[in-house]
Amino acid sequence: MAEHNLSPEAQGMADALGVDGDHAGASAGMPQLDFSSFDNQIVWLLITLVVIYFVLSRVALPRIGSVLAERAGTITNDIAAAEDLKQQAIDAEAAYEKALVDARAEAGRIVGETKAAIQVDLDKAIAKADAEIAARAAEGEKAIAAIRDSAAESAATVAKDIAKDIVAAVAPGKIDAKSITAAVNAKMKG
Amino acid sequence: MATEAQGAEEGGLVFHPMDQFIVKPLFGMGEVGAFTITNVTLWMALTVVCIILLLVMGTSRRAIVPSRSQSIAEMMYGFVYKMVEDVTGKDGVKYFPYIMTLFMFILVSNFLGLLPMAFTTTSHIAVTGVLAMMVFLAVTILGFVKNGIGFLGLFWVSSAPLALRPILALIEVISYFVRPVSHSIRLAGNMMAGHAVIKVFAAFAAIAAISPLSILAITAMYGLEILVSGIQAYVFAILTCVYLKDALHPAH
Repeated sequence: MAEHNLSPEAQGMADALGVDGDHAGASAGMPQLDFSSFDNQIVWLLITLVVIYFVLSRVALPRIGSVLAERAGTITNDIAAAEDLKQQAIDAEAAYEKALVDARAEAGRIVGETKAAIQVDLDKAIAKADAEIAARAAEGEKAIAAIRDSAAESAATVAKDIAKDIVAAVAPGKIDAKSITAAVNAKMKG
Repeated sequence: MATEAQGAEEGGLVFHPMDQFIVKPLFGMGEVGAFTITNVTLWMALTVVCIILLLVMGTSRRAIVPSRSQSIAEMMYGFVYKMVEDVTGKDGVKYFPYIMTLFMFILVSNFLGLLPMAFTTTSHIAVTGVLAMMVFLAVTILGFVKNGIGFLGLFWVSSAPLALRPILALIEVISYFVRPVSHSIRLAGNMMAGHAVIKVFAAFAAIAAISPLSILAITAMYGLEILVSGIQAYVFAILTCVYLKDALHPAH
């Protein structure tokens, strides 16, 4: 509002001094149509525009443009790097899964192998034991056979002796030992 | 001045809504010559200073993660760049610095003009007229340089019936030459009207009874003027882009 109070005074002074007569006349209407100030405005406008243009085109716009481009580049790079890392993580996971599967397969294989080895050992041991048992059984049977044979022989001898004794007692001197043995043998076989 | 002092109720209620637009020398009371340092000089210089502060000082750190001022500068850049690219196409991008110059000058001048006691350089038809004539001449010359005589195809609406074409051509020519007038008066008129209305409301504030209402009205007008300041800068810039597009691609 100070401007209001001051303006008429200033204007009045200007009028009184007789300067700026054109201005005073025009300011009754619109100062915009006061052509006496046009050259001044146009001169300063052109100077201003040239200064702004040079500041913008030489300094500000290339700088902002480069910053924006740099940022876009950084973001693109970061996204690419993130994609890369993600891919790496996926790869690592796949490798881990694969290692897990491999380890499982390996474990299965080892279990199978061990089982087979144990089976072989077992089979061998069983076969050996079987053979041993068979050998022992055969041996036993042989021993039993031998015992049986010797028992039969003893029985024959005893029988012959008893027969001889009986014959001698019953009919002494009539029948010789040879025929008695033959007779006993025949009887025993029969 | 006496003709403008319309009322004198309440002991000196005076309306001087247009006084704020008077071009005055800053030093002394002499005549306003071409190179006189005036309030025009001061406020245009402040415009330059603000633009340098925002777009040069604000971006001096060139940070990847921008500070607040750098964000604003980048937003301005991105906004105007995208506007130029969208309206004129890829081949119009090389005129981006010129349009950015116009946009920043008008925007900052409009906003500076909203400061109390400020002088609004863009409310003067001399200023907006020069801006509009620069755009008009540049676009016309560019149109002929780029397209030769084919630039006149802009006025020959080939999609219209043949009988209508001469009439349409006449209308197109008239509208073409009216462009700088509407372009400049739109901006100056908007700025001047808003500021004058605020001043009128301010004069009413001298009456104690209605001063709260007046202050409320000033506040509302001020908000509206902030909007208008931005929109007018945008409108001026986008119309420049549209005219530029006509110069680069005159075919309808």
